[in-house]
Amino acid sequence: MAHADDKATGIGDVLQNVVAWPIRILFKLIDYPVTAIQNVIGIRRMPWLFLLPNLAFFGMFVIIPLFMNFAYSLTGGTELFISERPYTGGEQYGFLFDCDNYADPISCREDRFWKGIFNTAVFIFFQVSFMVLFSLITALVLNREIRGRGFWRAVFFFPVLLSPVVVALIWKWILLRDGILNAFLISIGLDRILFFVSPEWAMFWAVFVSIWAHMGFYTLILLAGLQAIQPDLYEAAEMDGTSKERVFFRITLPLLWPNMLVVIVLALIKGVQVFDEVYVLTGGGPGTATQFIVQYIYNTAFTNQVQNFGLASAASMVLGVVLFVLTLTQLAATRRRDND
Amino acid sequence: MRRSLKLMAASSLFALVAGAASAQTELRMMWYNDGIEGEVMQSILDRFEEAHPEISVTLDVVPYQAVLESLPIQLAAGNGPDIARVTDLGGLSEYYLDLRPYVQDPEYWETNFGPFLDWLDPDGDAINGFMTQLTVTGPYVNRTLFEQAGVDLPGEGATWEDWAAAVNEVASALDIPIPMAWDRSGHRVAGPAIAQGAQMFDADGNPALVDEGLQRMAQLLYDWHQDGTMSLELWGSVSGSSYLGANEDFANANVVMYMSGSWQIPQFASTIGDAFDWWAVPAPCGPAACTGMPGGAALAAIGDTEHPEEVGILMDYLAQEEVLAEFYGRTLFIPGHLGLASSGIDFDTDDPRAAHALATFAGAVPSISPVAFALQGYPSNRVMFNALISRLNEAIVGELTLDEAYARMEEDIANQLAESDR
Amino acid sequence: MTDATQSPRSVKTLLGARRGRGKMHWTDVFTYCYLGFGLFLMFAPVVWLVLSSFKTPAGLQEFPPTFLPLGQISVEVEGYEEPLLLFDVTMEDGSVQQLAQVRRIGIMAQMVDPENPGERLQIPIATREPVREMRMAWENYRDPLERFNFMRYLWNSVIVTAAATMVTLLINSMAAYGLSIYEFRGRNAIMLFVIGTLMIPITVILVPVYLVVTNLGMINSLWAVILPGAATPTGVFLLRQYMLTIPRDLIEAARMDKASEWQIYWRVVMPLAMPAVAVLAIFSIMWRWNEFLWPLIVLNRSEVYTLQVGLNAFQGELDVQWHYILAMTVVTLIPVVIVFAFLQRFITTGIASSGMK
Repeated sequence: MAHADDKATGIGDVLQNVVAWPIRILFKLIDYPVTAIQNVIGIRRMPWLFLLPNLAFFGMFVIIPLFMNFAYSLTGGTELFISERPYTGGEQYGFLFDCDNYADPISCREDRFWKGIFNTAVFIFFQVSFMVLFSLITALVLNREIRGRGFWRAVFFFPVLLSPVVVALIWKWILLRDGILNAFLISIGLDRILFFVSPEWAMFWAVFVSIWAHMGFYTLILLAGLQAIQPDLYEAAEMDGTSKERVFFRITLPLLWPNMLVVIVLALIKGVQVFDEVYVLTGGGPGTATQFIVQYIYNTAFTNQVQNFGLASAASMVLGVVLFVLTLTQLAATRRRDND
Repeated sequence: MRRSLKLMAASSLFALVAGAASAQTELRMMWYNDGIEGEVMQSILDRFEEAHPEISVTLDVVPYQAVLESLPIQLAAGNGPDIARVTDLGGLSEYYLDLRPYVQDPEYWETNFGPFLDWLDPDGDAINGFMTQLTVTGPYVNRTLFEQAGVDLPGEGATWEDWAAAVNEVASALDIPIPMAWDRSGHRVAGPAIAQGAQMFDADGNPALVDEGLQRMAQLLYDWHQDGTMSLELWGSVSGSSYLGANEDFANANVVMYMSGSWQIPQFASTIGDAFDWWAVPAPCGPAACTGMPGGAALAAIGDTEHPEEVGILMDYLAQEEVLAEFYGRTLFIPGHLGLASSGIDFDTDDPRAAHALATFAGAVPSISPVAFALQGYPSNRVMFNALISRLNEAIVGELTLDEAYARMEEDIANQLAESDR
Repeated sequence: MTDATQSPRSVKTLLGARRGRGKMHWTDVFTYCYLGFGLFLMFAPVVWLVLSSFKTPAGLQEFPPTFLPLGQISVEVEGYEEPLLLFDVTMEDGSVQQLAQVRRIGIMAQMVDPENPGERLQIPIATREPVREMRMAWENYRDPLERFNFMRYLWNSVIVTAAATMVTLLINSMAAYGLSIYEFRGRNAIMLFVIGTLMIPITVILVPVYLVVTNLGMINSLWAVILPGAATPTGVFLLRQYMLTIPRDLIEAARMDKASEWQIYWRVVMPLAMPAVAVLAIFSIMWRWNEFLWPLIVLNRSEVYTLQVGLNAFQGELDVQWHYILAMTVVTLIPVVIVFAFLQRFITTGIASSGMK
């Protein structure tokens, strides 16, 4: 355990003594049956044994539900059990894609599905770009020779630990008509702004709050990348008299690129799923200005009196395909980086 | 550490088998709270348990979201409670227990809860439960503001247009930001729409939301949002069918007139108190009627229960006239019990505003339009309310024209009903 | 931990945080401003939440809001049974006098001077201002905690969080071990699957998972919350990426020493993967502690409620009780803050060093 000790002095010891000790006994007990199995099946089949528990849970609670979800998307009605639901083939998918004019979401039968996709795209565009920008600035600042770097790192990381509902409640409380931000605006002689009435402001705050809550995580990833850059590269540049701006664009940014890629793709995937934070903050309004695709799915399946599991499942299958493509992109990107 | 691990395991085990080992019959009642009614119900249940030691009742308080969104799925999967406080009265009808064989005196139930039993069971004559509260929609005004502005309250028979003119006069005289506010809810819009002549159903009793009366009301609401009579921030700031009230703005005297309903009384009595005169006024009129919408929440027995006899005993106990009189009296709810409604309830408040509001809303019940009762009794009415509020709203914020919104309302209702009829 | 003790000093020495020797570069000024602004932006909203949670419902509805929670002072006046509320009244001659209010009728208030209770004054309400002092509305916390079985909810939340985190760590690390240490057919297919499902939000498969849990008979038991989320693809991915960096020689050496595969897993690989395991542990704790939507659907009996479900019971159909919601939000925040205060260095260095390699 020597290695872990190095990493976390003090805390590591505590963790080991309090948590790890009973676990160690448990693991020792597991050793006997597992070793017995190893003697029967041989080392080559052992990975499957290690994978078994995870795959069992995964299969039970993710893969089976995914197949059921697909089955739901081929049925209609309001019954809960698939066996009692009438088969409708691809009709639900047909409803989703039933538009008079594909350039105009309002002409679609499920106009809110398309508005949800459009809003999600807008949200992702701004959220990801500013997320990258601000986590980069923060990482650069934290990478400087400042005292108490750990403290400052913690300051920016802290909101990551809050639940989405709490984050949204905190900010809603600030941004309300009679909230403290409006009190501040009035006190400095400005007019009150009804933030949740204007589509632009609502989207702005949705993006802002989401960046506020998650920036710390991405900052740390970038910080790790910055700290991995060899100091002698900078020293050499300084001796050559290269300007600081040039150093940043010629050395720092290219070497940081792999970490940036991870940040971009992770933020992208998280952005597609955005739901509870914004739902509590803006309620999807004004109108449908901040209604996102996951909210459409949730409303269709739960909030409406006619709980339309078929249509919701079809929409979530479409979302699933999009997510799958995005994650494969990430995989490809990581691969390329590994080969570099 | 090992000991606490053991404790933990034991406790989880307890959670797994809880309820199975006790000798008593345990009943579960799912409940949500708008105010103090959970405490009142709990104190009544405590007395019930004393009188019936063989039955224990557990009140499971959940957020309202769980009643609305999770309960239907739990009921469909057979995981529901024994009794639940519900607002989707007719929509969950298929899951209710018919208490007729289990109650002592079905006739008592029929005489006192007659019309409400139909809300719970629109197609049959089952006894499923009783109303924990009857609600009536209607407006409150800030009478103090009227006095300060020197404007008279419009009297009996005043129309919505009269009221809009009056509150605008008050607001401009005193620089009040929001002359009029409405709860963001299709249910709230339905009453005034009926007053404007909306019929809600066609001759065969099928839903027909959009007609001249409804368009008249929708146009009024649309215009009021454009001319500043109503503020966009309430209706404009959420999407879909999300509910939003103006309680805080009304309590802060930022609103002259607030269209909401009888359930606000306990809250106003505690948050506003005597800071100003919040005054319930009779439902304003339209060409067809002067009406609000009835509504409310019911305590319904669930058909999946394993202990129907005990549920019957409990429901009989709770539905007694004295018990309900106490419940309504302490919670300041309008009684959903015809006997109590005619004999009157001794409400537990000495606030003259609350007493006046209770009298106003209770007195409005007889004048509610039959169309409003029919709409409230229609099991899929929430489909209509949701289509109405969400599309009207998209028109008000400018995403749709009013005509597009009307077409969308009809489509939404048709699509959803078609899906549920499959 | 050392950072936490260092922090006061670090703030002081911040001005000296220079990039190089010599004169201040504009980036030094920028750094200072940025950090100060960041500190404000990150903490002020939370501080405001905590302050607001101590206000009475009437105090919450005030505009402009007061910074500190205030309550109106009431005084005992001779001849009146109940204490009367105290106001500052601007009199007609412009002087300000403290009067106690007997009752308010319309836009006029009947008031008395506490020093001279015999005489009643008619005062227009616009001219009076409540006299207030700082007062914490502890009842926002006390009422709900008394009304509900708070300890039960807390206990359930702790069990769910602890058990789920242990299950997650065990099965995820085993899977990651299997996927990183061995070369075998099907490995890439499984990795592809893990990554493909990496970020499917549970919201979109809520109904099917609910049916699976129903069929397993786990409704209204804590297992229904513990087990479904245990096999996190994120965890497998994170741990596997970290374990890939462990030198193979160590494993070969252990095999030479006739260690069983299980022993290699928990004696060699797991200790080396500790930083990544710690990161996953923290995330798992946060995920489980904050989970709301799923427990709301599978738990509907109060003895199995988790904190998030129990404390959200204040959200009624028609009235949102802000004063309780704010207070209960603070209650759910406290454990997060404690975990963070003790483990912040561990968390941040852990993420940085395992850093999504």
